[in-house]
Amino acid sequence: MTVKFDIIGRRYWFFLLSALILVPGLISIALQGFNLGIDFTGGTLLDLKFARPVMVSEVREVLKVAGLEGSTIQLAATSQGEASPNVFIRTRVLDETERVTVLKDLQKLGDYDVLRVEKVGAIIGSELEQQALIALAVSWLIMICYISWRFEFKFAVSGVLAIFHDIIVVLGLFSLLHKEIDASFVAAILTIAGYSINDTIVIFDRIRENLKTHKKTETMQELVNRSVWQTMTRSIYTVLTVIFAVASLYFFGGETTKNFALALLIGFTSGAYSSIFNASPIWVTWKEWEDRRRIQARTKGAK
Amino acid sequence: MRLGNLTKFLIAALAILVIFGVYISPLALSIKQGLDLQGGTHVVMEAVDTPEAPVNEDAMQRLSRVIERRVNELGLTEPIIQRQGDRRIIVELPGVKDPESAIALIGKTAMLEFQDESGATVLTGKDLKDAKSQIDAQNRNLVSLDFTDEGGKKFAELTTKNVGKKIAILLDKQMLTNPVVNEPIPNGKAIITGNRTLEEAQQIALLLRSGALPVKVDIIETRTVGPTLGQDSKEKSKVAFAIAVVAIVVFMLCFYRMSGVVANISLALYVMLLLFSLKMLNATLTLPGIAGIILSMGMAVDANVLIFERFKEEYRSGKTLRAAMDAGFTRAFSTIIDSNTTTFIAAVVLFFMGTGSIKGFAITLGLGIILGLFTAVTITRFLLKTLMNANLFKSGKIFGA
Repeated sequence: MTVKFDIIGRRYWFFLLSALILVPGLISIALQGFNLGIDFTGGTLLDLKFARPVMVSEVREVLKVAGLEGSTIQLAATSQGEASPNVFIRTRVLDETERVTVLKDLQKLGDYDVLRVEKVGAIIGSELEQQALIALAVSWLIMICYISWRFEFKFAVSGVLAIFHDIIVVLGLFSLLHKEIDASFVAAILTIAGYSINDTIVIFDRIRENLKTHKKTETMQELVNRSVWQTMTRSIYTVLTVIFAVASLYFFGGETTKNFALALLIGFTSGAYSSIFNASPIWVTWKEWEDRRRIQARTKGAK
Repeated sequence: MRLGNLTKFLIAALAILVIFGVYISPLALSIKQGLDLQGGTHVVMEAVDTPEAPVNEDAMQRLSRVIERRVNELGLTEPIIQRQGDRRIIVELPGVKDPESAIALIGKTAMLEFQDESGATVLTGKDLKDAKSQIDAQNRNLVSLDFTDEGGKKFAELTTKNVGKKIAILLDKQMLTNPVVNEPIPNGKAIITGNRTLEEAQQIALLLRSGALPVKVDIIETRTVGPTLGQDSKEKSKVAFAIAVVAIVVFMLCFYRMSGVVANISLALYVMLLLFSLKMLNATLTLPGIAGIILSMGMAVDANVLIFERFKEEYRSGKTLRAAMDAGFTRAFSTIIDSNTTTFIAAVVLFFMGTGSIKGFAITLGLGIILGLFTAVTITRFLLKTLMNANLFKSGKIFGA
């Protein structure tokens, strides 16, 4: 097989490219944090569809009666500009009577259809955050164990680093774009982790196979480069089919799964990238560093 | 033998496609739909300790029973009442008409008290046998009470002692009515008057019938999806699903030709199997669940892609079609196992850690991985083999190589 474009040789450029995406995201996370939905913070959400287009100021005026004028009020994007029939209100946690009163007050603006009304207590919110972190940690631990068993520890760590990369990319972009993060985002992150490692494993599997018939004339970098290119078509085809599926969900699916699909869209793209340009290069770098150290130790010992 | 293989292929392929065309829609619709698709209300309640009534297992069981009685009175099809952990109860009310009053009804303590003039409680809700709403001759809405034998005796005693005085009937410490006793009432029946709408009278009767909650309860989470949004989500999911299917089918045809045809047929079978398994498991289809199905189609194709790519390599290295295909399956198999296991780990963790709709997503994703693997190594393999054995196509190009 003729060796094509040398990905491994240029790996530091690809690490740099990743850094260019990761760093702004990390800065945004540090500075402006996340737009956490009520699933995390606790609160009440009213998603209403009025018979006529209403304006944010009108809604705020009505909410003032209950002292809720500081709530987040959003209109669904329409071509009409400042008014829309579809209003999305996020307030602090309202108890049942408060909520009924607010819903009644809003009838002053005309008839409406309730699309969604949600209340999440603060306890539930903090539980979700905790559960998400535990789930991620547990799945990483099991994956590291599995890959260490089937491959080796270095592969496992390189693969998990690639997952880490993808999650930071998604978190960073969601922070930059100020997109709302809710319970389904947690599911999206775990799915991205699952997909990213799946993609990586296919390449590792090829490296493992090529190592068995490894000739002394071929350097480790060449071998990994060859493996990456042997699986390239598959990597591209698979990410394309998955992206087709998620993109149709994003563009044609319901409003409630939009952010979920967006997270997957970003995550899968990043997952495919990191599998090719990060995971195996990290492994090679580590492997070579280890080999160099071993040789150094041996030459020292010989003296 | 040539015709035999071709006929086998055609019969299998046609059977799968026809079954898919005829049954996919009824099958999909027969799966139980979650609240986010059909509209409804999800309520999570947590029992809290009070000095008078600490929370324990016995109280929780009684609490479940009372809430069950109340929910059943709402007359919904397939409501769900579920314990979660030590102190929580989840209630799902599909298609509930007035979610706000349903939530208020379920969470009410509903402690009934009969007090004499000095404010001493003589009877409580425990002394009741039944409660009904009624309309009297003057068109007033009343709640009629039926006491138990013992309650009837206590009530007779109360009314005998208090002739000419006022007694109070309270619900959750709020006065329902405050009548003057005209004469002793020995028959174990009483009536709560007052200016009420019929709905209010019905609600009070319902609460009294179902009994008081044994412990204090906080409503910590409610989620209501209106029927319009549910319907809208359903329609849009169908469109997204159809477009995803078409995109994947066209993609596979363009890049893998005959092999793509085979992959698409097994994809059709895969979707059927996935829906069928969900139905058999009595799983609830939620919006994230549908997202899981759409996503898992992309993943199911991956197994085929891995096999076909391997086949191409083997074929180009000089093997015959059949030998290359066999080698493709064998060598891709371990890759598929290793890569799918890692994704499966994520799905399993999601299932055990997640709640509600996330669980639904995890189930479809996890099932999808297993079934995708299964269809790739059985159906794709079988169809490709018979097609190649039919000797209809001699060139690897036809199979995408």
